[in-house]
Amino acid sequence: MWQTLYADLKDRGFVVVSIAMDARADAARPWIEAARPDYPVLIDRAHLVAELYNMVNVPQAVWIDEDGRIVRPTENAGAFEGFRAMDRATRKMPDEVAAKVAKAKSTYVAAVRDWVEKGPASVHVFDPAKARAQVPRMDDAIAAAHASFRFGQHLLQSGRAAEAQVFLDEARRLHPQSWNIWRQLAEPNETGLAAGPEFWARVDALGERHYYPPVDMQGMPSEAPPSRRG
Amino acid sequence: MVTVVTERGVQQVPAESVADALWMAPAEVERLLGWTLKPEGLCRGSVCVPLHGSDAERYLRPNALDIAGLWRRMAKPLRRTADAQLWLFGEAAGERSAALESLEAPDFTLPDLAGEPHSLVEYRGRKVLLATWASW
Repeated sequence: MWQTLYADLKDRGFVVVSIAMDARADAARPWIEAARPDYPVLIDRAHLVAELYNMVNVPQAVWIDEDGRIVRPTENAGAFEGFRAMDRATRKMPDEVAAKVAKAKSTYVAAVRDWVEKGPASVHVFDPAKARAQVPRMDDAIAAAHASFRFGQHLLQSGRAAEAQVFLDEARRLHPQSWNIWRQLAEPNETGLAAGPEFWARVDALGERHYYPPVDMQGMPSEAPPSRRG
Repeated sequence: MVTVVTERGVQQVPAESVADALWMAPAEVERLLGWTLKPEGLCRGSVCVPLHGSDAERYLRPNALDIAGLWRRMAKPLRRTADAQLWLFGEAAGERSAALESLEAPDFTLPDLAGEPHSLVEYRGRKVLLATWASW
């Protein structure tokens, strides 16, 4: 997904560290082997990075400078919820929505380029006060959900599925805003995606709320969530 | 021996579980979780949880402390199996938020597809786009 960006910028002190939030390591493998990125792709079977950085969805990203300082905290990495306006039979998106999806992605990528070029002078770098204010707040239920999820995954991967289920169910219940947890635990459809009827019911239940929280970035399309079609 | 899951991995640790308590030598607690038993209490960095009077009686024994009881007292997430042989020591929301608000990127170590471990800190000196995705 980031290969072109990385190839262009890797000689300018930039790296992509890609995290596959995949409890089933074999599920991520074909994607990685097909894309063959030359930046590191790490497998996060217990969603530890989501726990440390308070993430709820994919793709989300964090900008970290040369000194290991966060200059843009966890945010949606240029995704736009155009899929909500998709015709669910044909999986086609209206042209104007598809254009917004492309615009969101290109705006995000251009912002990363600007940061690599200009460093702290980039308009997309938050000053420390703003960066702090943009950190998504973690509450006790979320922290507990991640502990249960990580413990459940450890049990599952140790062949203790029955014991794992209790903790995984608890994780889902404690952190209902986490699409990472919900989709990881949902049954995949015939294409391997957790996008069956239950997924769409959850998306519909969002109503006017966002699936991808809007990104505070110049030029980013920021309209209300696209409504359902078809 | 019990098995303990932390952010840094899974380890076998000498410890004795009795009901909800987990008695562990202070040196093991320090190695595993980064908390040190000192005269002023159980400490990490500049934070100390005092252990005096009835607390000392409840949580301390000669060369052992009930780390499970203390973890609960610190209101941190704690998980265990019914047989009390497998435990997870988690972090509280306040600590996670404080870590992020310090703007120092939390470090982690994860394997690539070949099983080779990589830590975020290895990329110090470069700008990092830490980006997630998933197959699902």
